[in-house]
Amino acid sequence: MKRALLAIWDFVVGDDWVTAAGVVVAGAATAALQSAGVVAWWLIPVAVAVLLTRSLARHRGT
Amino acid sequence: MTGSQSALAVSVFLACTVEAVEALTIVLAVGTTRSWRSALYGVGAGVLALAVVVAALGPAVSSIPIGALRVSVGGLLLVFGLQWLRKAVLRASGLKALHDEEAIFAREAELARSGGTGASGSASATASRSPSIDGYAFAIAFKGVLLEGLEVAFIVLTFGTNQHDVGLAAAAAAVAVIVVVVAGVAVRAPLARVPENTMKFVVGVLLSSFGTFWLTEGTGAHWPGGDASLLALIPGMGLFAIALVAWLRAGAAPARVPGSPPLERVP
Repeated sequence: MKRALLAIWDFVVGDDWVTAAGVVVAGAATAALQSAGVVAWWLIPVAVAVLLTRSLARHRGT
Repeated sequence: MTGSQSALAVSVFLACTVEAVEALTIVLAVGTTRSWRSALYGVGAGVLALAVVVAALGPAVSSIPIGALRVSVGGLLLVFGLQWLRKAVLRASGLKALHDEEAIFAREAELARSGGTGASGSASATASRSPSIDGYAFAIAFKGVLLEGLEVAFIVLTFGTNQHDVGLAAAAAAVAVIVVVVAGVAVRAPLARVPENTMKFVVGVLLSSFGTFWLTEGTGAHWPGGDASLLALIPGMGLFAIALVAWLRAGAAPARVPGSPPLERVP
């Protein structure tokens, strides 16, 4: 059971859970802003840029 | 054929062509870089699931919460896509070995021979070389075909019902899908000649772009220009990834000799 759950986690999330969590948070924030009447289509692309840069920044200068 | 019927046929054809091209792009991407067999199994399973859903629900298929489907499919695709794109950027910048998966596979095979157990991260590498199904390629192709297929069904029902000619709308949609599938078969061979790591880079860009698009649409927000925004989103994502490669190269330690071990082990 534990191995199955780990396999699913590895398949979906991979080795960078912060990026996966960031995608979820960005989606939820977009939905919340949109339901509040704020035009929020730009939020997820911006979040993607930030998350990808953050994920790669730790490799810069190595 | 009357003017309104012609307009209906052309509208449905164009709209369904867009949806079919989106599904085709995803299938070609995972098929070329991962496993054609698994991707085609995913397509078959997606078409089967779509047929079951449409047959079971009939006209009620339009009541399926497409927003929730887009959030789940888009969110997963974006998480997958960002994993791919990150590794592709690291490969292109020289911070990750170009053929790391082959090295991982060789190490895992050696571990298996010696009775050890491998790391979880090697599952995809192993899957791509074994006769079993590559779950990644299967799942991505399945989700892409099912989601886009449902959107085609929605288009046929909404346009067709509005014009009281669902049969003509369905025929136009079928022609659109056939044209796109034929085009896909035609471009498959040229795609196979694209260097592997270039293809992986492009796939990372495509999966991230489609994931970004669908997740945004699923949350209730709408891209300016609708599906046409993909024509800006995909190149934009590609240019951003290329800029990240340049940024990493600029900050990298002295360049390593080509063919030498990677500077850093990235899972």
